[in-house]
Amino acid sequence: VTGGGRRVGVGRTVGTAVALALLGLAPLAVTREDWLNLGVVFFLLVALAQSWNVMGGQAGQVNLGHAAFFGLGALATRHLWAGGVTVPIAMAAGVALATVAGIAVGLAAFRLRGAYFAIGTLALAEVLRIAVGNVLPEISTLPAGAIAAYRLSDRYYAAAALAVGTTLAVAWLAASRLGLAMEAIREDETAAEASGVGAFRVKLAAVAVSTGLAGLAGGLFAFYHISYYPQHAFSPTWTFDAVLITFIGGVGTVHGPVLGAALFVFLREYLALRWVDLHLLIFGVLFIAIVLLLPGGLVEATARLRGLARRRRPPLADPAGGTGRA
Amino acid sequence: VQQLILGVLLGGLYGLAAAGLSLVFGVLRVLNVAHGELIMLGGYLAFGLVTLLGLDPFVALLLVIPLSASLGALLYAGLFRFIVRHGEETRIKNSLLVGFGLALTFQALAVRLFTADERSITTAYRGRALALGGVVVPLGRLLSLLVALLLIALLHAFLRRARWGQAIRATAEDWEAASLLGIDVRRAYGLAFAIGTALAGAAGTLVSLGYSISPSIGLEWTLKALIVIVLAGLGSAFGTFVGGVVLGCAEALSAVVFGGAYREVVGLLLFFCVLVARPQGLFGRS
Repeated sequence: VTGGGRRVGVGRTVGTAVALALLGLAPLAVTREDWLNLGVVFFLLVALAQSWNVMGGQAGQVNLGHAAFFGLGALATRHLWAGGVTVPIAMAAGVALATVAGIAVGLAAFRLRGAYFAIGTLALAEVLRIAVGNVLPEISTLPAGAIAAYRLSDRYYAAAALAVGTTLAVAWLAASRLGLAMEAIREDETAAEASGVGAFRVKLAAVAVSTGLAGLAGGLFAFYHISYYPQHAFSPTWTFDAVLITFIGGVGTVHGPVLGAALFVFLREYLALRWVDLHLLIFGVLFIAIVLLLPGGLVEATARLRGLARRRRPPLADPAGGTGRA
Repeated sequence: VQQLILGVLLGGLYGLAAAGLSLVFGVLRVLNVAHGELIMLGGYLAFGLVTLLGLDPFVALLLVIPLSASLGALLYAGLFRFIVRHGEETRIKNSLLVGFGLALTFQALAVRLFTADERSITTAYRGRALALGGVVVPLGRLLSLLVALLLIALLHAFLRRARWGQAIRATAEDWEAASLLGIDVRRAYGLAFAIGTALAGAAGTLVSLGYSISPSIGLEWTLKALIVIVLAGLGSAFGTFVGGVVLGCAEALSAVVFGGAYREVVGLLLFFCVLVARPQGLFGRS
């Protein structure tokens, strides 16, 4: 992963957050339920991808077990909520559980580097998924009272707030001292240690933030769905979607996951309508192409295009004309 | 005892599945997480040959191996060739990501081509079994174990004796030194990848013979192969095979003690503990 590690300008971050927030006001104008549902999914995936990007993009630790923390957040939120606790407190508990689990996993797994870290986290997530499927095999449905009070617009606003909040938190983190230390570790862990960065502690902080945010997204999932199988929230597809979106958008950037999620949700809906059983195939190929050809994702692509446009404007600068290279 | 026998029979396949992945990991230093999907494709290939051409599965195996090797050579030339250009860290990460994309692609392709149903090869001798003093040994699985052992022995002999086998081992040891000695490192990489894929295809054939295949088995087999690699460490074909048998027995025992629902969990936990305590593997060199 050679992510574009450029400092993201404040203006771009604010612009991204404002755009997300404006989209979050859609229920005032839009009443079509399918659009609003799609919006909730978009915001949820933005938040999940941002949370993966903290550890995978900024700190360079490829965590393939991210779904476990999303699932834990969903599990705790749902249980407490069904038990009569108010939603915000239930979600906070979900975040706490995911964070504690994340730190525990981090303490064990950060002894592993590179590939072994990725496999180790994948294995742990599978353990949890199977265990949850065995212990809670039955579908989890909201009590009748909650279903009667269910309003989609509430879910929509909550999802939008989650996406905006997560994006701002990640932007703030990226600009902070901790964010810098995380990038230093991503680029060269040994050199970072030599320059006085406590790699283990920084990685633990990264895993705590990353898994906590994933737990929050999981809490929203539990709040949004009327009924689902508890095991579903632990499915590796949550990890894969987050990784895919981050890569499509731009690893290690703050607005990359937002762009990536927009394209991802649009493509998935579009392809699923057109070629029902081929859309996963196209996704897979697209993903490989991005990793190999465009490691910086959409963010890098737009930067290159902008560079190209800038270079073309003065007519004398590029005698080759249309075939300019960035 | 019965469970243990079945565990050994299944473990042999784990060993074969892991041998291919271990070779690729050890030599190219890339981790192909789509290895399980290659096993799955091999299984479908064998299934197709048996049902369409009416071949015996063990004859079909003779066709599956070269076909899988060609697929491996193609994958190397088309994808992994670009990954091995990078340094160690980037190699691993990019290969994980590409492998994951490949896994998604192959799985979707298999669903499209073969539907999501479970399949398995049925033969005249499928139901037949040897009864040895109260213990039943299914004949097909016993033959599969012997074939797996034979393939491992061939791999071992190739890596020790053949010229290109030695080139592959030299490349695994230190590719820079190997290229200074005049070894065509890229060709050694391609060859190792093709052999790894061929072993995956062979494993898939045996899986579809003794057990069953479906488009979604890939991840499970990749994880099994990874567990075995971590148990056994890199660098020895027979060690990998033993690691597979150990995992098969551990699963069988855990199924007896904790019940069938948790057999996967025990393997994965075992794996994580070994990984954290001894990252170089139980039998591996550090």
